[in-house]
Amino acid sequence: MQKPARALFEVLGHLFKKKATSNYPFEKAVVDARFRGRIAFESDTCIGCKMCVRVCPAKAIEIILSAEQPPAPAPAADGTAPVPVKKKFDCIMSLDRCIYCSQCVDVCPKKSLISTQDFELAHTDRKTLKRHYK
Amino acid sequence: MSKITIPLGPQHPALKEPVNFTLVLEGEQISGSAVNLGYNHRGIEKAAEDRTFLQDIYLIERVCGICSHSHTTCYITCVEELAKAEVPERAKAIRTLVGELERVHSHLLWLGIAGYEMGFETLFMYTWRDREQVLDCLELVSGNRVHYGINTIGGVRRDITPGQKAEILKRVAILEERTKYYVKLGTEEATVLARTRNVGLLPHDVALERGAVGPTARASAVKRDVRKDEPYLIYDKLDFNLITHNTNDVFGRLVVRVLELVESYKIIRQVLDYLPEGPIAVKVPAKIAPGEAVNRYEAPRGEDFHYLKSNGTDKPERVKVRAPTMANYPSVSYMLDGGYLADVPMVIAAIDPCMSCTDRAMVYDNKAGKVRVYGWDELRKYGIEHYKKRGVDFTKL
Amino acid sequence: MIIDSMLPALVYILIFPGFLFLAAYGLFLQWVDRKLGAVMQNRVGPPWYQPAADFIKLLAKEVIVPDACDTVMFKVLPYFALAAVVTAVLPLPVWTDAVYSFQGDLVVVIYLLTIPTVTFFLAGWSAVSPYAVIGSMRVLTQLFAYEVPMMLSLIGPAILAGTWNINEIAGFFAAHKALMAAQIPALFVALIALQGKLERVPFDIPHAKNEIVGGQFTEYSGRLLGFFYLAVDMEMVVGAALVNAVFLGGTLGASGAAGLAVFLAKTLAIVFLLTLVKVLMGRVRIDQMIRFCWQVLAPLSMAQILFDIFLKFRLQ
Repeated sequence: MQKPARALFEVLGHLFKKKATSNYPFEKAVVDARFRGRIAFESDTCIGCKMCVRVCPAKAIEIILSAEQPPAPAPAADGTAPVPVKKKFDCIMSLDRCIYCSQCVDVCPKKSLISTQDFELAHTDRKTLKRHYK
Repeated sequence: MSKITIPLGPQHPALKEPVNFTLVLEGEQISGSAVNLGYNHRGIEKAAEDRTFLQDIYLIERVCGICSHSHTTCYITCVEELAKAEVPERAKAIRTLVGELERVHSHLLWLGIAGYEMGFETLFMYTWRDREQVLDCLELVSGNRVHYGINTIGGVRRDITPGQKAEILKRVAILEERTKYYVKLGTEEATVLARTRNVGLLPHDVALERGAVGPTARASAVKRDVRKDEPYLIYDKLDFNLITHNTNDVFGRLVVRVLELVESYKIIRQVLDYLPEGPIAVKVPAKIAPGEAVNRYEAPRGEDFHYLKSNGTDKPERVKVRAPTMANYPSVSYMLDGGYLADVPMVIAAIDPCMSCTDRAMVYDNKAGKVRVYGWDELRKYGIEHYKKRGVDFTKL
Repeated sequence: MIIDSMLPALVYILIFPGFLFLAAYGLFLQWVDRKLGAVMQNRVGPPWYQPAADFIKLLAKEVIVPDACDTVMFKVLPYFALAAVVTAVLPLPVWTDAVYSFQGDLVVVIYLLTIPTVTFFLAGWSAVSPYAVIGSMRVLTQLFAYEVPMMLSLIGPAILAGTWNINEIAGFFAAHKALMAAQIPALFVALIALQGKLERVPFDIPHAKNEIVGGQFTEYSGRLLGFFYLAVDMEMVVGAALVNAVFLGGTLGASGAAGLAVFLAKTLAIVFLLTLVKVLMGRVRIDQMIRFCWQVLAPLSMAQILFDIFLKFRLQ
């Protein structure tokens, strides 16, 4: 049963319907809370185990010792050895290499790496894609 | 009438990915064709050999953007088989769910492409609009629209909450209603029928002989579906029909795909109903026991095939992927011969080709428009001669 | 003395209803077509200045002439197409009666509208690229398919009105509005054939992008391509005006601004129908198109002619 112009009523109906196009750059796109966007880094909790570096499929992460370390603790008054202060680590994230799989977030034992919903990362300057988190 | 040889691709509006078809035309009719692959060769299999099993998931996922879940599931099942890991039932259910959502999005994408290739842009716009629903579902479940990254060795990475379950069911209901409309539109609209009926004929015995897979084979009444033949994941617990059609043409492939959509909705409902309680992953050590594994998976385009060899380290020794499009290429040249130039995009699109999946092999042809297929011995001889000319002689080694 | 008689002629040809009006209205109709199509497909569609912006952009782009082609032909053809379309509007009623009206101008307009199609063929043929050659062969094949039904469909109303003058045909139908309803089959044939003449879906076979890339225009670029596209847009206005004049009574006896308003409203309605056809269908194959044109459209318009002859005797 051939019917020429089978979609006639569907098409005419769409004259009065709301358009499906999302006006993206002018209207913010909403992504799900589970979306895997830019990876953020918390220096305070990082213990420098480099599990993320080992697991990253794209070799996008570098964990280095921070240039500024917290001052060494003063010796305790009673002469016992001081409690060593946690070393501070920086993370250099190459956003141009990152494939946003969030495997580093899954593997981090201290939850120092956090997946954000930030996805508007395109840039004309390549240097800005190398983020240095302190 | 004199013969004209025209190139179709590697850059051509009908093709979304680089591949070259050389067509010899007599007027509007095709008297010869040759497929020339290799424009999208990325060396993924080699790259997989110096990454760990876990990192390879994300690499294998990028074999293809459309059937990324098919490839990872197929690969990971090999890994789990070697590691003798017991994947939890809930993880299997979630893998099945994502697999079926992926099939829905791939078949809707195909329907849109088919509309576009026959110049029916309205169908293209409508199906791709509705495809957003399933892409949103996938983002909901996995956190991304294309590279889901939901598989991990020993299970899945993300669980499904009751809220998400309700949301998926709601969207599937919308999709099912729309799909019923497309079934009507595809089987009744006069121009669609004119462009698909008796186009790209692939008789039953030729389909068997040339080893067609997936919807291409099923439209030639070949009852072949890995989900039925060798059930993996939880497909043995599900109730669904194997869709075949006996018109052997593009119309049959359209009908098979659209009806498979309806079956997929059924499966999605059953999986969400079934969803057993329990953990979603088990721990698997980084080093995988030595051995070989082979696995098959019914990707949206047909049978996907993965081979894995491990040598006991944390990296695979060999990964081999045979994507469904590769299995369907021999059928394409059969379908093109004697057809019309106007039908070429339809015929090529009807196997739902995926070049990035396929480009791991080379087909040689020479300049005169004749195709030369090299046998293994010839190829070996050719290779030796070729390198001899460049001053490398393997025979002395 | 000469200048006095030349000036109105120049105004007619270059400004109204000639080149400038046609270009502006053609670009506007292209926008209407694209916008309507977009809305029907649940999209937003282009802003109103998009066709003009496209045209200006093409004017600014570099013109590349392939070495192997016939350079003179290649460069001259777009202007031929434009000139033919601009001339074809002169015998058509746009705001009052047509500016140049004579017995037999219906045939002249049909032939003037064939010239752009022939230039498309020559453009593709002179460009030597395989896509362009196949495209131009398709142009010519398609011409033989839709041209005859189109002419036959226009003959019916002419017989009924008893004249070959477009103005008089329009006047006849404006006076006998009831007879317009009897011409609906021929109107249907003319609209479908017009779709073929304008190379739009379902008959966009000559430049079907999934098959032969740009078809006859594959090798064209820059200014020359822009003028070809402009000629196609203007052809749409002229085609709609022709259908309006022959089947729908032209300006319905109104003149001046009111006549122009009637003209604009009716051509917009015709474009709406053309857009609907474009949106509702896929592209057919060239053999299917020829079969459809000769087996459905041509007999239908023949039947209309017989019916019109019969009707004419009854009316007398």
